[in-house]
Amino acid sequence: MLITCPYCGPRDVIEFTYQGDGNRERPQPASQDIDAWNAYVYDRLNPAGDHNEIWQHSGGCRAHVRVVRNTLTHDISSTAFAHGGHKSAARHRTEAKS
Amino acid sequence: MAEYSAFSLLKNALSGNQDWKPAWRKPDPKASYDVIVIGGGGHGLSTAYYLAKEHGITNVAVLEKGWLGSGNVGRNTTAVRSNYLLPSNTRFYEHSMKLWENLSHDLNYNVMFSQRGCLNLAHTPAQFDDYARRGNAMRHLGVDAELMTVDQIKRLVPVLDVSGSARFPVIGGLMQRRAGSARHDAVAWGYARGADRRGVDIIENCEVTGFLRDGDRITGVSTTRGEIRARKVALAVAGSTGRVIQLAGIDKMPIESHVLQAFVSESLKPIIDTILTFGMGHFYISQSDKGGLVYGGDLDGYNSYAQRGSLPIVDEVMSEMLALFPGLARVRMLRSWGGLCDMTMDGSPIITTGPLPGMYLNCGWCYGGFKATPASGLCFAWTIAKDEPHELNAPFTLDRFYRGLVIDDKGQGATPRLH
Repeated sequence: MLITCPYCGPRDVIEFTYQGDGNRERPQPASQDIDAWNAYVYDRLNPAGDHNEIWQHSGGCRAHVRVVRNTLTHDISSTAFAHGGHKSAARHRTEAKS
Repeated sequence: MAEYSAFSLLKNALSGNQDWKPAWRKPDPKASYDVIVIGGGGHGLSTAYYLAKEHGITNVAVLEKGWLGSGNVGRNTTAVRSNYLLPSNTRFYEHSMKLWENLSHDLNYNVMFSQRGCLNLAHTPAQFDDYARRGNAMRHLGVDAELMTVDQIKRLVPVLDVSGSARFPVIGGLMQRRAGSARHDAVAWGYARGADRRGVDIIENCEVTGFLRDGDRITGVSTTRGEIRARKVALAVAGSTGRVIQLAGIDKMPIESHVLQAFVSESLKPIIDTILTFGMGHFYISQSDKGGLVYGGDLDGYNSYAQRGSLPIVDEVMSEMLALFPGLARVRMLRSWGGLCDMTMDGSPIITTGPLPGMYLNCGWCYGGFKATPASGLCFAWTIAKDEPHELNAPFTLDRFYRGLVIDDKGQGATPRLH
């Protein structure tokens, strides 16, 4: 799978780190709205079809990229800088699995 | 008398094998049932079986969109184990293990359950300590676990590279000897026959296209074979949970669907008679009775409903295999395939009433659903029959995330692809 980084151009998927559902809204840090935090941390859109998601070009320019990708075919219909709204705390996948 | 026995084998051999009954009927759907189970995989079939056997509820339909056994029950790598850290997981999977130990007798169907052990390899002192902790947690709950030294591992799996010059030297391991593998098709067929003989209708090529509602309450389903009504509708659709529950108007769930690949090599003479897992990556391997090495690794790592994987993971899995077994470098891979995994936010499953009235939900098996098949069906049947959870699945609620009662065995947090 190739993802077109808006800065670097088309690159192999292994250069990117997946950060998941790009529709989530992170509440303000001081927010005490438990429903909003619960939705941000745990609830995901999980469509069979076009999925709006965030990837980070962690093996390249490190930009966060908003990608629209079809989860049935893996075809990517658009990519753009993620800017603003979504700041994810997802880490790189360095963990060992057992 | 048992349907399959030495006597029936002999009798049917003498009559030219003309009198065997099909293992399950191919009925047309009735207009209504007491219970509809959506999903004719391992969990759906075992749910129907235990509904009939334990609760006497036989007016049940199992709806399967493809053919029986076409989903994850025929795609997994067949490992059965109960080597968890947290009590709610350990108790549930250990109960499943006990059901496995008697499953062939219970079903009168040889599921070829082989308790060949599961060995987690440790490569650092910290990891070995962690295994000791998990082993102690298991033993505390009455599950078998033992630490193995390098010498013992070398005797058990001579083909494994345990030299100090390995890329990640092995320094020990955690063994569960009662763990093992089973023939996954036989599990599906055995449960299907057991349910069918008790009156359950197994309806293949019947895809659910919508839910029938009376206000909030679910009163049935519309399918490619017409509308079917039921007092209770139970979902056991694993990787398709997101897709099916959307039909009921629920868009967001604490679940992501990911694809997991599995591989099988050409047949070899017996060289690995246990299940081995690599501790410095995500890799597991066993050898089937036919001789093929059955192995797999990590998820592809992004949402997918494609049931096929991508090449970077193939490369990663093969590298990990060769890090453990340099001697297998020239073994040829025969087949690879993908299955959909419903990854939850804490890596543990969901078996619960709801989320809508008249609906029951069984999902979130991540990539550990096969070993859970008997206990999942047993607990889900209980939940459906009694409208309350069995004590073993009481912790596996849908609202545990909201309530802060997550069961995160690996402590990875809400990043499903890492569980």
